[in-house]
Amino acid sequence: MAYSQPHPRLSVLSNSSHSSAEHLSPTASSTRFSLPTAPSIHSQLSTQKVPLNRPGPSIYDRPLNKSRGAEVSVSAFAFLLSEIVQYTQKRVNGINDLERRLNTLGYRIGVRVVELMLWRSESSSKTPKREVRLLPVLMMIHSQVWKAVFGKAADAIEKSVENADEYMIIDNDPVIERHISVPRDLSQLSCSSFTAGIVEAVLDGLGFPARVTAHSTPLAQFRSRTTILIKLEKSVLEREELFK
Amino acid sequence: MAIFGLWIINKAGGLVYQRNFAEGLAQLTSNENLVLAGTLHGIHAITARLSPMGPSSGAQVIEGETFKMTIFLTATGTKFVLLTSLNETIAEILLQRIYEAYADAVMKNPFHTPEMPIRSDGFDTRVTAIIGTG
Repeated sequence: MAYSQPHPRLSVLSNSSHSSAEHLSPTASSTRFSLPTAPSIHSQLSTQKVPLNRPGPSIYDRPLNKSRGAEVSVSAFAFLLSEIVQYTQKRVNGINDLERRLNTLGYRIGVRVVELMLWRSESSSKTPKREVRLLPVLMMIHSQVWKAVFGKAADAIEKSVENADEYMIIDNDPVIERHISVPRDLSQLSCSSFTAGIVEAVLDGLGFPARVTAHSTPLAQFRSRTTILIKLEKSVLEREELFK
Repeated sequence: MAIFGLWIINKAGGLVYQRNFAEGLAQLTSNENLVLAGTLHGIHAITARLSPMGPSSGAQVIEGETFKMTIFLTATGTKFVLLTSLNETIAEILLQRIYEAYADAVMKNPFHTPEMPIRSDGFDTRVTAIIGTG
């Protein structure tokens, strides 16, 4: 019977095949169930024929350089991220494992972010350039990557006093933690590990391998303030020395 | 003009959030609060069927001599109940804003289980900001 029913996109073309399919459908012919008000599947589909026939351009058909109007809803993202965290939490043992997994998920985004961002900023330029020095790269992450991903720049960038290979990017109100309240028994957890993964991928993509972690550093006025800690690999620092 | 307390009742009639803001009503134990919330849930279900004019959303305001409770029913069956003094006029608006805070700080929080008691610092902060310290 499934084969005799027209494809929903085709059914709007021909009314005769439409009605014959309805004749065969179990809800219309069976008297065993009293479903007088239940609308038939076909009549529901045919009322939607306008949107079905006119699909907007898909995300793959839009120009890559056009970022205006391509923003996504923060609410929709918050729900998605919430489900991601819940899904991940069910499949891990302990906080470290959870942070590592979120980091991995963020890494997959960061790989794409760095490619898209460089394409957007350098592809139209006559003299495209690639950043090779550490500080400009960190500044680029602080402002451009943050703007591309979260719609605003990060709040501060700091160099560790104790360790020469450590840098910190600080966000006072990270978008991804805006709706998250971490329970007390998980107080060590920072969901910004996701962001750390993005940063790690961007640094990797630009040739600055590093280990990036996220730490919650709340202040009285900024409850969800987060520090993204970047620990660069030795080779990066050695190369920086050579540039001087 | 006083706001005494806030209840949030899940769709099964369980009290998932309870907070007092001002003195003025008898202080109840948490068990008594649970029983009252369950009772209100039942009363609300009955009032929804009493209307002579077809389907009804049920009781919206219940008034006593010293206080009134304003009930806000969401599309998913969760009830927000605000206990206020009789002359409080903005209870409905406050409930709308609390619902908004609930949608943001509770439903988008990955560490909240739907229909379970709400333990979210973010929600507490938002409610405090809406109602005042109390």
